[in-house]
Amino acid sequence: MNGHGFTLAGTRLVALGSGALWWPDRSLLCVSDLHLGKSERIARKGGAVLPPYDTRDTLNRLAADLARTAARIVVSLGDSFDDLGAAQALPEAERLWIARLQAGRRWVWIEGNHDPGPVEMGGTHLAELPLPPLTFRHIARTGASGEISGHYHPKVTVRAHRRSLTRPAFLVDRDRVILPAYGTYTGGLRSHDAALSGLMRAEAVAILTGAQPHVLPMPR
Amino acid sequence: MTTLPQGFHDWFAARGWTLHAHQRAMLDRADEPSTLLIAPTGGGKTLAGFLPSLAELATDPPPGLHTLYVSPLKALTADIKRNLRAPVEEMGLPILVEDRTGDTPATRKRRQRADPPHILLTTPESLALLISHEDAPRIFAGLQRVVVDEIHALAESRRGDQLMLALARLQALRPGLKRVGLSATVEDPAAIARLLARHPDPCAILLADPGPDPDIGMLECDALPPWSGGGAAYAIPAVLAQVKEHRTTLIFHNTRAQAEIFFHRLWLANDDALPIAIHHGSLDREQRKRVEAAMARGELRAIVCTGTLDLGIDWGDVDLIIQIGAPRNVKRLVQRIGRANHRYDAPSRALLVPANRFEVVECVAALEAVRERALDGEPRGPGPRDVLCQHILIAACSGPFAADALFDEVTTAGPYSGLTRNEFDDCLDFCATGGYALRRYDRWQRLMRRADGRWQLRDPRSARRIRMNIGTIQDTDTLKVRMRGRGGRPLGEIEEGFAAALSPGDTFLIGGQVVRYESLREMTVEVSRDPGRKPRIATFMGTKFATSTQLCARMLDIFAQPPWPQLPRHTASWLALQAEVSQLPQKGRLLVESFAHEGREHVCLYGFAGRNAQQTLGLLLTGRLEEMGLHPLGFVATDYATLIWGLDRLDDPAPLLEPAALRAGLEGWLAGNAVMKRTFRASATIAGLIERNLPGQRKSGRQATFSSDILYDTLVKYDPDHLMLQITREEARRGLVDFGRIEELLARVGNRIDHVRPGRVTPLAAPLFLEVGKVPVAGAAEERLLAQETDRLMRAAGLAKTGAA
Repeated sequence: MNGHGFTLAGTRLVALGSGALWWPDRSLLCVSDLHLGKSERIARKGGAVLPPYDTRDTLNRLAADLARTAARIVVSLGDSFDDLGAAQALPEAERLWIARLQAGRRWVWIEGNHDPGPVEMGGTHLAELPLPPLTFRHIARTGASGEISGHYHPKVTVRAHRRSLTRPAFLVDRDRVILPAYGTYTGGLRSHDAALSGLMRAEAVAILTGAQPHVLPMPR
Repeated sequence: MTTLPQGFHDWFAARGWTLHAHQRAMLDRADEPSTLLIAPTGGGKTLAGFLPSLAELATDPPPGLHTLYVSPLKALTADIKRNLRAPVEEMGLPILVEDRTGDTPATRKRRQRADPPHILLTTPESLALLISHEDAPRIFAGLQRVVVDEIHALAESRRGDQLMLALARLQALRPGLKRVGLSATVEDPAAIARLLARHPDPCAILLADPGPDPDIGMLECDALPPWSGGGAAYAIPAVLAQVKEHRTTLIFHNTRAQAEIFFHRLWLANDDALPIAIHHGSLDREQRKRVEAAMARGELRAIVCTGTLDLGIDWGDVDLIIQIGAPRNVKRLVQRIGRANHRYDAPSRALLVPANRFEVVECVAALEAVRERALDGEPRGPGPRDVLCQHILIAACSGPFAADALFDEVTTAGPYSGLTRNEFDDCLDFCATGGYALRRYDRWQRLMRRADGRWQLRDPRSARRIRMNIGTIQDTDTLKVRMRGRGGRPLGEIEEGFAAALSPGDTFLIGGQVVRYESLREMTVEVSRDPGRKPRIATFMGTKFATSTQLCARMLDIFAQPPWPQLPRHTASWLALQAEVSQLPQKGRLLVESFAHEGREHVCLYGFAGRNAQQTLGLLLTGRLEEMGLHPLGFVATDYATLIWGLDRLDDPAPLLEPAALRAGLEGWLAGNAVMKRTFRASATIAGLIERNLPGQRKSGRQATFSSDILYDTLVKYDPDHLMLQITREEARRGLVDFGRIEELLARVGNRIDHVRPGRVTPLAAPLFLEVGKVPVAGAAEERLLAQETDRLMRAAGLAKTGAA
């Protein structure tokens, strides 16, 4: 499996090139910021009618990660749906698809700022999930440790040979991991941003997503 | 026919002026449905366009809009307003003249809609916005004439297509509307006439006296031009000498980056501190205005500039044009030369400065073409459908419409006269539902069909969003640059991609100053002055024009005329050596050289198809070579040739150049290319799929917006026949990918491919080794670069072995 292993609070974790986090000892796969139904929400608000394939593409990639890892637990780390309306408006086929992915495993929806309430979807809905020594929540808290969060959609730009390459990235220090956004229609926030550089320790690293994950000191 | 009132004759006489023949002719033809006037700069072209309107409005005009004037530049509307003030005030004409552009305050815009002036001066974008309002029929109720200035410039881009769709709308409101087009010298006046006229109406073409032939030559230099590059630094002393000998010199460059470097070097050598300024599209607007004002006052001896000074504003006393770098296109060169000596009867003086040896040949070819008055231009083809999509949305903003009526209306616009009903319906469906194979937006259609069969916006609030995104000008994402500190002076803009590649402490050139990158604050790059260091060069997207088909053909003709008496000796002996070692490229054949150099195999193809097509050829051929297992490592392209290296030895280039295989590469391999994605972004933005401006949007909210590349990739994967991808392929074919010129090359060459293995680097190939802009083959190479760079950074940070810290 293409991934970069590291330890957090004594726990061995693997950052996958797809943007998912894998905890082998618990057989737990964590993804963040799926933003399912985003194209539907934008059209509903009178905006552009974007290609309506985002949910399908996100679920395709999630299904591939599940097939690869055979995870027994799935944690979706918040902003799983672009808003609660988007969750309700999810077409039957995609609802059934999610149900099929859920079959035979434990599934936890963590609340995010886009989807603060419970959605009518199988699985458990929680504000946060403590699995000592780790805690899963949507937005990182200062002072926390062993924390796995999302929300910021971190991305990193690397300069190599006069070219700059930008990719979504995990940010990791000894207290926390911030996951990149997993959803197809998501943008990113550069690690330089004050919100991220203020949160992460000086020695934090970034793990770039992509065919082969690369590690570098978090640019700030 | 319109007679000129006596007051006009008196006014002309008082100034010692007489009417030019073409000005008289415009009055005579005032009643024709459309007229195109082609006249050189300084020929009183604009006045000729306005005379019929001024004459008709001279006595007791009824209130309301009579004449609409459209120009490609905001600055030009302001300039024309000033120029019209003189006759209006001095003759005491009761005529109200106002301009309306993106800079006009909202209160005045509202007042203009309620109570329009007699003559309104505007741009294509502001006009598109005007017709999107429900009260458009009332605003234009009395409109008689529309004058399109610098129509040759508009004709080269989507702005002209959009304007003609707007004129179709106006003509539907005012069937008797008369159209006037004003153009600089062009190669095919009939094509401009077809663009201007209501299809299928005829359009009269008036050709003014073109004036005397320009006085044009090459700049004589003591130093030799270098083998490659575009800087022309060798010519600095000779250019300065010319500046000293003339009143005002315009020094034109093909790109903003080159203008910046040249300006910087010019000042390093400017020992007499001659007042020399710089002007280009990425500089701060206030700074540009200061330069323009100083120039109008005659305070500047030279201005280093780009295409921003191509168009018609009257800049006073320019008596010399210097073109740095090969002109790429004869028509644009002639228009630039016309910027010198705004006097009708005096010849314009111009000097060409080739930046390298290939360009010496191109400059000689261009001089021949100018002397023969042989202009070039590629026919533009039908109007792009992305612009039509925007027009449909604009129509919906102005009120419910019937599809049949709108189709009849848009096909009266020249660029869309060949549009089929199916193509139109696809665009309408795209605007209404997105036009996806997966029909998902039944509830949230953008346009919906009413009970009476007409179409309207589903959500009236979307009118505001559509209006905020009107226009077809594609700016790249840029960041403002300003001096650090409270109230720091704005300097201009750099591309976001360039800014992202800067680290604090890096220096770069902007507006001729070397500045040091300090920080990025609220989407503004803060810099400080740092004159001591060697700067990096900011990249500006701008337009990189490819050398025209005509100039390429003329260069091949020159190659066929040894011993080249028309060329400088250094260039002639370079060609003679090439003929000895290999051969010279010939018309109707394709020269392919292959040789080993420094342990790598190289292949050089002299396609003379222009920069964009040679670049695409490089991408396609390295893709093919990768498939063939020949391990290409990279390539570099110029207007004339493509050099590929790193591969195993190529024995026969013919199979590589198989048209069918190249076309397949365009559909498949090239689909993932950045050039296609950039083309998609432009089309998708124009068609309304991507909204650049949103109500109440804060510019720093980047986290919420995602890259248009994602939309492109998603469509390619799930809906490959979607309208937006069809449009992207069409645009790429004629734009940056320029596959049209590759097709033309393959047709011209057929199977006449000359493969030479000279056993060494050849004189013509050598300059390509020195070119910048080498393209490594993507994919594997990119991953390797990333791995090297991240490893280096981890080692440097002492983090090499740890996972997390």
